[in-house]
Amino acid sequence: MLYRETGQFKTDYAADQQLFPIRQDRVAIVALLVFAFAGVPLAAATPGLAVAIDFNYWFSGVLIPFLIFSLAALGLNILTGYAGLLSLGTAAFMAVGAFAAYNFELRVPGMPMLMSFILAGGVAAVVGIVFGLPSLRIRGFYLAVATLAAQFFVVWALTKFGWFSNYSTSGVITAQKIAVFGWAIDTPVKRYLLVLAIVCVLALAAKNMVRGAAGRAWMAVRDMDVAAQVVGIPIMRTKLLAFAISSFYCGVAGALYAFAYLGTVEPAGFELDLSFRILFMIIIGGVGSILGSFLGAAFIVLLPIFLDLSANAIERSFGLTLPSGLVSNLTLIIFGALIVFFLSVEPLGLARLWQIAKEKLRLWPFPH
Amino acid sequence: MTGRREIGAPILEVEDVSLAFGGVVALQGVSFDVRQHEIRAIIGPNGAGKSSMLNVINGVYHPQGGSVAFKGRRRRKVDPYEAAKAGIARTFQNIALFRGMSVLDNLMTGRCLKMRRNVLEQALYLGPARSEELEHRRKVEAVIDFLEIQHVRRTPVGRLPYGLQKRVELGRALAAEPELLLLDEPMAGMNIEEKQDMSRFILDVNDQMGATIVLIEHDMGVVMDLSDRVVVLDYGRKIADGTPEEVRRNPRVIDAYLGVAH
Amino acid sequence: MQFFFEVLIGGLLAGVMYSLVALGFVLIYKASGVFNFAQGAMVFFAALTTVGFISMGAPFWLAVALALAVMVALAFATERVVLRPLVNQPQITLFMATIGLSFFVEGIAQLAWGANVRALDLGIADEPIEWLMDRTGMNVSKFDLAASGIAAALVSVLGVFFNKTRTGRALRAVADDHQAALAVGISLQRIWVIVWITAGFVALVTGLLWGARNGVQFALTFLALKALPVLILGGLDSVVGAIVGGLIVGASEKLAEVYIGPHVGGGIESWFPYALALLFLLARPEGLFGERRIDRV
Repeated sequence: MLYRETGQFKTDYAADQQLFPIRQDRVAIVALLVFAFAGVPLAAATPGLAVAIDFNYWFSGVLIPFLIFSLAALGLNILTGYAGLLSLGTAAFMAVGAFAAYNFELRVPGMPMLMSFILAGGVAAVVGIVFGLPSLRIRGFYLAVATLAAQFFVVWALTKFGWFSNYSTSGVITAQKIAVFGWAIDTPVKRYLLVLAIVCVLALAAKNMVRGAAGRAWMAVRDMDVAAQVVGIPIMRTKLLAFAISSFYCGVAGALYAFAYLGTVEPAGFELDLSFRILFMIIIGGVGSILGSFLGAAFIVLLPIFLDLSANAIERSFGLTLPSGLVSNLTLIIFGALIVFFLSVEPLGLARLWQIAKEKLRLWPFPH
Repeated sequence: MTGRREIGAPILEVEDVSLAFGGVVALQGVSFDVRQHEIRAIIGPNGAGKSSMLNVINGVYHPQGGSVAFKGRRRRKVDPYEAAKAGIARTFQNIALFRGMSVLDNLMTGRCLKMRRNVLEQALYLGPARSEELEHRRKVEAVIDFLEIQHVRRTPVGRLPYGLQKRVELGRALAAEPELLLLDEPMAGMNIEEKQDMSRFILDVNDQMGATIVLIEHDMGVVMDLSDRVVVLDYGRKIADGTPEEVRRNPRVIDAYLGVAH
Repeated sequence: MQFFFEVLIGGLLAGVMYSLVALGFVLIYKASGVFNFAQGAMVFFAALTTVGFISMGAPFWLAVALALAVMVALAFATERVVLRPLVNQPQITLFMATIGLSFFVEGIAQLAWGANVRALDLGIADEPIEWLMDRTGMNVSKFDLAASGIAAALVSVLGVFFNKTRTGRALRAVADDHQAALAVGISLQRIWVIVWITAGFVALVTGLLWGARNGVQFALTFLALKALPVLILGGLDSVVGAIVGGLIVGASEKLAEVYIGPHVGGGIESWFPYALALLFLLARPEGLFGERRIDRV
């Protein structure tokens, strides 16, 4: 009843190719963007609400990491979800981005911050291409092993060669203060808006790429690379492009991770478990789906917080003291179980569940 | 047949091709040519090497001996990508569609060699990338109209019935506007109506788009009706080469088939 | 020269331990075509369970028996919940499922037994072998040698099992093609349970040996990662390959650390085996003893 398409006719291909062909979707997306860009900051500035809700915590601890991980998940989704090249080295590319941005800011005087981020992504892209070269000869599981090599090597290199971290102990770097076009981005709200803007732009770009010739080439290589060759898709270029773009996204995410989220990072903070977390995001959220990257990131970011709050609530209401590692172990267990669940029941993840829900909504209140 | 294009000079020349997989010999010294605008059938009992022959022509297999010349360029080892660039398109015996993509996207991949915009322009999707995408969309829609698959254009191909998948695969090959079209058993598994539709499509492709067609087919009726000339293979060797009438009466062909009636 | 041999032998012995870990992978891969990323977690879980039972007062043999029973239960549960729903899915999906499984097992292990490092005493001292030390001055640990002996015995038994018995043949059939195996009447479920129990047993032996050496701690789960280069060198589906691969990785890792390490700042053990494996992959994707795959269109 609400979600009907009656009366919405497309009279040319341009209209048919729109990102959001259904009018209700367009309205919803605009509303969401308005809420995200204007509504949330305004709410944070309202004195009454600021007392009830700890906005700084929500910005710094929930929304910003959610956005940054969505970006990294987008990157991994392009490589693994669309191009079918399993990568276990996502965190390494984030590390490259973080350290590259730090070094650009440090060593190039007057470098605009946004430029540092873009160049950091570029450096990550180059590293991605180098580590993607083996993919031209090896595939599937063996490629995953090659990405593991990248993961270990990058972390080792960033720790061993002091130049990257300006010779600090164990490679710790403290990101410089962000300033964009002369404005200091020093409050959680401003950081949130900056990250939101960057993520929106890059997500739109990803959506366009994935809908166009590049996306089709990636999916063709994923589905049947012999047939892709026969059709005229250049396999080598397609795979390397996937590595490049994916690593670019992860690199920018890594730079934001250091600059807009943690502030201080070290190579040991970009280990294999982070790569796994991002992989879980795309498995749960939905491989081969832009929306899925966001849904998965939201889930993985929110679940530990939810468990923490529940554990605290239980402790308070029943007067118990729960064992110290309980929440982190429960998180491991739930993640593991969900991965197996999604892979066996709904391999296309939350995004597919969302699609099914929308399809049901189009018929509602009729059953079929 | 009226309205048929004039059959021209040979556009494809297969010369003395030999192919083996370890100890298994697939092709031995096979030579034939295909003239421009004609419909050439390759027939023979199962295991005769017909699919292998097509695979050699468009570079999926590399023969140990002999060579293939297309439009005058003679090569032994061809890369499938080069073959596609040169204007060869094909369908496969076991459908080789991209199962995760919709019909429309599958057909659009057929246009990839003609799309020039780089990935950055695609990411921005402003002016040039957008108009290129729409231009190729229009071409692909013409193929969709031709093959009458409008109703399934957004369906993921994995969900389509077999007959429609075969049509989509043909569509992907046609979307590339090929000069040479290699069809590997396009009518396998079809009923009479579907075969009639497919035959009509093949004839129209030959007439309207001017493509030269090489076709592997088991249904003798189809072969006799559609093709201009026929090559017969048996155990990797060529045993006959001529018009359908000549080939049908050839005793070696009859022996090879042991009187198979379709 | 003597130093070189000492490092070499030390490396080879460490390599045998790697082979042991790799063996668990090969078993499961050979029989179900699944690369079980959770093998490391299983090793950890097995060792932790044994130690847990010992700390609850059980004598050593009982603790081991109970731990084995737990591993058997785990095998059944895994077959039911993970493998059965994913029959005939592509290899990469199953691999990702075992990543999920490894997280699950780690969480359960720590939830059940706590996260502290535990010591495990197997009764074999980690001391140099005296007569060798007296004769040649080389420092080779008794423990390492005993571990190698146990590992070698285990590997021989498994090798015979796979190649000479009917069940072994059934296992190889299942690894090749699930549906074909079903078609000739092989019970996939029974085979998988057998395989995972065997892998659980191997995990237990591995866990005990590694745990005695390094203490039973969470880091054991990362043994899975050590095994990957071994498997690539040796081939995913070869028991012999696991041994040879393990020896090569162990030896080259130690030698590289000692001879190349000082020039690049040390610590190259973390990635050197992978680099080696990668070079190998580019030259020979199936590994030394793995089977070549030809794709027909």
